[in-house]
Amino acid sequence: MDKVAIVTGASRGIGRAIATELASSGMYVVVNFAGNEESATETLRLVREAGGDGEIYKANVANEAECKAMCDDVVKRLGKVDVLVNNAGITRDKLVMAMSDEDFKSVVDTNLLGTFHMIKLLVRYMLKNKGGRIINIASVSGVLGNAGQANYSASKAGVIGLTKSVARELATKNICVNAVAPGFIETDMVKAMSEGAIEAGVASIPMKRLGQPEDIAAMVGFLASDKASYITGQVINVDGGMAI
Amino acid sequence: MLEKIAALLNEKLDIDTADVTLEASFKEDLEIDSLDLFDLVMSIEEEFGLEIPSEELEKLTTVGAMVDYLKAHGVE
Repeated sequence: MDKVAIVTGASRGIGRAIATELASSGMYVVVNFAGNEESATETLRLVREAGGDGEIYKANVANEAECKAMCDDVVKRLGKVDVLVNNAGITRDKLVMAMSDEDFKSVVDTNLLGTFHMIKLLVRYMLKNKGGRIINIASVSGVLGNAGQANYSASKAGVIGLTKSVARELATKNICVNAVAPGFIETDMVKAMSEGAIEAGVASIPMKRLGQPEDIAAMVGFLASDKASYITGQVINVDGGMAI
Repeated sequence: MLEKIAALLNEKLDIDTADVTLEASFKEDLEIDSLDLFDLVMSIEEEFGLEIPSEELEKLTTVGAMVDYLKAHGVE
């Protein structure tokens, strides 16, 4: 039986590249999405083109009941989940004095609480399966902070703390838990920023260029592979040198 | 059922089956930490073919409580 992976927020951008990367190593990939079914279907096409197989699955990670329904159903049909990639994330950038509770909570609910939901639900099955890999997508914003992203960077710093604690809890159980912290990656999330902000961002990158979703996917693919079996609790920055 | 649980404890955690009595507390008497206990519960679920909700686990502090729970949920 091929390895089974769930990638949250896999309809576009980094999640799509991760789904494709995992498929290229022969995994069965559950392409989770919250809203954009058309894009998720395109990701599934790319997954199959890459040599793997998979399915699309709609669930909002901020909603525990939806996560549970998805995880239980996937495990019931496929018997296991070997790899969980918590990638689903949103932004609501504002200066802190203009930020509402709702701006803050909605970002934390998806990025941090959503990651917690998926881990909590799938660890049970990974223990039964005697192993697994959890890879959480953090952000350079959670490592260094970023003006205009108090909510987002707090959520991503939270993901890093969550990663380290869960890694310690599960280290003896052959479940490796790591975080990948992307820098400025050329996705819709970055394209939504103003041109000036992107220029200033690029100027702050030692390598002076935006990263590509595939740069992140390659690291996730490595962490999900047998080669990475002795790595846990780490935050790996893939950011052109931003967080040196 | 007690024998099966004792066998699981012996197999997974190297616990002497003679120590596994109905009165034995998982934490104090058998010295099982909470992660190993969770892992044991996964094996019990598999062995007996049921699912124990995570919220119930806090109440199942002794081997006897576990046996009672399993009996109450249709395990012979």
